[in-house]
Amino acid sequence: MSTARYSGVPRWVYVPAAAGAVFIVLPLAAMASRVEWASFFSLITSESSRHALVLSLRTSAMATLLCILLGVPMALVLARTSFRGQGLLRSLVLLPLVLPPVVGGIALLYTFGRKGLLGETMDVLGLQIAFSTTAVVIAQTFVSLPFLVVSLEGTLRTAGQRYEIVASTLGAAPTTVLRRITLPLVLPGLAAGAVLSFARALGEFGATITFAGSLEGVTRTLPLEIYLQRESNPDAAVALSLVLVVVAVLVIGLVRGTRSSAV
Amino acid sequence: MSLHLTATVDNRDVEIALDVADGQTVAILGPNGSGKSTVLSVVAGIVRPDRGRAVLDGTTLFDTADGVWLDPHKRGTGLLAQDPLLFPHLSVLDNVAFGPRSSGASRAGSREMACTRLDQVDAAELADRKPSELSGGQAQRVAIARALAAEPRLLLLDEPMAALDITVVPAMRQVLRHVLAGRTAVIVTHDVLDALLLADHVVVMEHGRVVEQGPTTAVLERPRSSFGAGIAGLNLARGVVEAGAVLTSSGLVVAGLHGAQQVRDGADAVAVFSPGAVSVHRQRPSGSPRNVYPAVVRELEPRGSQVRIQTGEIAADVTAPVVAELDLLPGSEVFLAVKASEVAIYEA
Repeated sequence: MSTARYSGVPRWVYVPAAAGAVFIVLPLAAMASRVEWASFFSLITSESSRHALVLSLRTSAMATLLCILLGVPMALVLARTSFRGQGLLRSLVLLPLVLPPVVGGIALLYTFGRKGLLGETMDVLGLQIAFSTTAVVIAQTFVSLPFLVVSLEGTLRTAGQRYEIVASTLGAAPTTVLRRITLPLVLPGLAAGAVLSFARALGEFGATITFAGSLEGVTRTLPLEIYLQRESNPDAAVALSLVLVVVAVLVIGLVRGTRSSAV
Repeated sequence: MSLHLTATVDNRDVEIALDVADGQTVAILGPNGSGKSTVLSVVAGIVRPDRGRAVLDGTTLFDTADGVWLDPHKRGTGLLAQDPLLFPHLSVLDNVAFGPRSSGASRAGSREMACTRLDQVDAAELADRKPSELSGGQAQRVAIARALAAEPRLLLLDEPMAALDITVVPAMRQVLRHVLAGRTAVIVTHDVLDALLLADHVVVMEHGRVVEQGPTTAVLERPRSSFGAGIAGLNLARGVVEAGAVLTSSGLVVAGLHGAQQVRDGADAVAVFSPGAVSVHRQRPSGSPRNVYPAVVRELEPRGSQVRIQTGEIAADVTAPVVAELDLLPGSEVFLAVKASEVAIYEA
């Protein structure tokens, strides 16, 4: 694996490559250099910070769960079946990946908001979604679902159907095949997709502030808290930012771990 | 458990009719791309034919005229492919227990059945291993046990020995002989010996069509299709073993090499050798060959750069200059010689 071998990469390529790496790492280092280490712990454990952190973790976990419940069936349908308009459907499903999150937030507002498409129906049922914690979870799920679908669809395609066909000729019904063969075989890909979705949900800002607002303890997640603190208390903003960087680094480590253990 | 099949698959240009009698093994022979595997896929329910009908033991597997289509898991057709495809996340035992477990057997019950089947293919000691810890031959034996454990009404084998190391093929053939005895099965193969030793009936396919079919020995000894003639046309001497050689009913004694196991005296066996291994002489050859037979030339048949000489029981391929030099004509009396090292003896 690590045996040195001829790379074929022209030497000059290293210069822009190094510049790119610096471009990514330098801002993080600059931010870390501004952290007030003396007050770091008290800054990230202040009441509003704790509220924001707990809310973020809670809503991101819920959003990830929703992504798995909705995304696994979507990936299966996209990877294993073929029907008219499938290509178009795939493009539409991936739209939240490229859509500005604030646009997503407005779209959600006109769907689930008071005056939205489903808003009146929900009003009758006594459900008020906009500007609630539920809205945060919906916004996060909306933006992170494509990550899980794309990642899992790729894994399913790579894994192929050969084992599933064998299982069905052994008399296993489709649900049994899914539970005992397909899902165990794509578990590393599913885990990687779930971790990516969690990370995307944790960083969600635009759709959340548009659709859910910024109420402390209810809808003010960590990114929103950082944005607010930036004006009044830059030290706290930097400290909380570092917390998110650490979480992001852990996430990358987790994804790499699951990818490398995959067959 | 008899199978009746007619199927047309347009985009693969396959159009075939096939009947397998109860307890019979049919071998489908043919060149690559002749549609052999497509036939198995259609029977197993993996490929949907454009037109056709299949009935297995009274159950309609599909009938395009009536829109009947049974999903693969409801067909009772076990499929064994070239690649063993053991589920990598399950132990050998759980792989074999997968079939019975899926059809509703208890965990303990299905494991018990799995043990029995593993025993049947001499793989009981592998039960606790993971598929990644098995050799190719071991994995294929486990795959056979797994297919059997699902109690298929019809066993479909798609080149089951093509991916195996050549040294383990004879042993695997023995396992399959044992397993296929009395079982309704279809085996796709390009190896004449598989057809000879495993099948009662042979179907030769070319370009998606059946070009020849009949009882195995009849097809292999007197092939009428060009593919059959190319790969078959082997000399087969059936008889009983006596002192290590095969004694045929017509009195020929053919000495040869045995496979991994010595075939016991008195056992039914077949000696196989290619016409190219037979040399033709006008006088009885002196020296080494143990197998020398006096014969009368019946027919000379040009085959490319070679000429096939048909005698009563044995065919020989020689070059045209040899024919001229020996002045061979129908009716010529000759001696045919075959080195024992060119003859393979199999229990039959």
